Amino acid sequence: MALIKASMGMERRAERRSLVSWANVRPYAMISPAIVVFCLFFIYPIGYMIYLSFHDWNFVSPTKEFVGTANFTHLLSDRDFREVIVNSFIYTFASVFLTISISLMLALWLNRRGAIYSFMQASIFSPHIISLVSVSMLWMWIMDADYGLLNWALNLIGIESIPWLTSPDYALASLILVAVWKGIGFNTLVFIAGLQSIPKDLYEAAELDQTPPWRRFLRLTVPMLSPTLFFLTIIGLINSFQVFETINLMTAGGPINSTNTFVYYIYQNGFQFFKIGYASAAGVILLVILSVLTVIYFKVLSKRVHYR
Amino acid sequence: MKTPSIFKAVNGLGLLLLFIIFAMPFVWMASTAFKTLGETLTFPPVWIPETLQWENFTQAWNSGPFLKYFFNSVIVTLFILILQFATIIPAAYAFARYNFPLKNFFFALTMICLMIPSQLIFLPVYLNLSSWGILDTIWGLILPFVTSAFGIFLLRQSFMQVPEELLEAARLDDATEWQIIRKIMLPLAKPVLVTLALFSFIAHWNDYFWPLVMTTTDTARTLPLGIAMLRQVEGGASWNIVMAGNLLLVLPILVIFFFAQRHIIRAFVYTGVK
Repeated sequence: MALIKASMGMERRAERRSLVSWANVRPYAMISPAIVVFCLFFIYPIGYMIYLSFHDWNFVSPTKEFVGTANFTHLLSDRDFREVIVNSFIYTFASVFLTISISLMLALWLNRRGAIYSFMQASIFSPHIISLVSVSMLWMWIMDADYGLLNWALNLIGIESIPWLTSPDYALASLILVAVWKGIGFNTLVFIAGLQSIPKDLYEAAELDQTPPWRRFLRLTVPMLSPTLFFLTIIGLINSFQVFETINLMTAGGPINSTNTFVYYIYQNGFQFFKIGYASAAGVILLVILSVLTVIYFKVLSKRVHYR
Repeated sequence: MKTPSIFKAVNGLGLLLLFIIFAMPFVWMASTAFKTLGETLTFPPVWIPETLQWENFTQAWNSGPFLKYFFNSVIVTLFILILQFATIIPAAYAFARYNFPLKNFFFALTMICLMIPSQLIFLPVYLNLSSWGILDTIWGLILPFVTSAFGIFLLRQSFMQVPEELLEAARLDDATEWQIIRKIMLPLAKPVLVTLALFSFIAHWNDYFWPLVMTTTDTARTLPLGIAMLRQVEGGASWNIVMAGNLLLVLPILVIFFFAQRHIIRAFVYTGVK
């Protein structure tokens, strides 16, 4: 009896020791560097931004004045901010729609074997890995109203020169054009990867049934491609809402606010006007939009979009 | 089935047009970089400059402390790359192979950070870096990126695919966990590691947004910022100088792309499909 009790005690002691043993601590030690960085540079800033959005602060004054929801009501009645929202939505939906539809067509066209097709795939992909600084500079020069390549090409086919970046009527469309040029390659190659993952026997079966090509496309290719389509759309929307570089370099939000979008507006208010609370409130609204998109993404992802 | 030659011709013409749309801007960049200022101001444009103006490159390089920018770029990219691997590998292994209390919580936290873009949080991070006194230092450019939620996510998936029996066998042979990671996990995850390295290198070498926001003087500025500032330094219309600087920024990436094309495309597309 005593022996059993003693051995049980020993077991318990061994258990207790193992609770604090290296094997138990190790997982935490292994994830902690990453988790610390996440907390310091992602989670805490989000909380701080929300906190600041309810305050008035100009970055230099020692106190942050609590103003409740004043920043938000002010934002929503601000004409500039309403323009920013409209611009952001136009930019985002136009560039995503154009990029995705052109990429889908290119993918169906370029999804072939042969050196020329791999070469073309690499060519259209190349803008994707180039710095946005280079892309912006290059296109500013190409879109130069007087000596630019684009107007020269237009004149060749008998069209008048267009003030691409200097007119409020064209500037946003010009930025969308650049976004499409940069984004097409990546989207096309992801579509091609999606096309190649569709089992060949499905097409063989459709061919045996003598399904006409357009029906094969609508009933087979499109449904099988829908996860890819969905993925590219959501990722495209999320990324386009954050556009900054081309706007900062090519138009600086102008002319007359016609290309001002979310992130640029936050940047302007924070770094040029020092309205920290106001900029944070705009940031919180962007956070809400991005969160909604992200939640839709994961919701649909968990349901699965395709018909397999 | 024989394709009719008219179809072939249209197809070829289409490919040529597509190639022009994507290659012409780069040709135009290179052509402009070798022109005199006068040659950039002709309309219709000249495609081949009369004499190649190599001075454009030295003028671009000397218009600011470009050696400093270049070294900052190299140091920032290199540190991010090394530190990312140092934090990602253990975290991915722990998430993939251990069970521990609050594991799901910490993984959810990682996934949330995967969805938070730097364009959203730059203002509060700026304020934090400023109060910690590392604003306008290369640490402000490195520290926020020393780990990557995306990397942890990707590597965890690859670690989870390794069969448990392999690890059991190694443990029976008294292999330490570190040896298991080094001798079994990392070799098997090599394609993912290459993907992550390429991805990270290209993203941070090209990055303009973060250095723009987090630096105020030349001490920590990187190459993309220097190139972007060329327009102000040289005046808006000196496109030959700006394009020369631009070519210096683009060329290394294009050369790498030329040699590691397959790897890079697979890296980006693979992560896109996942």
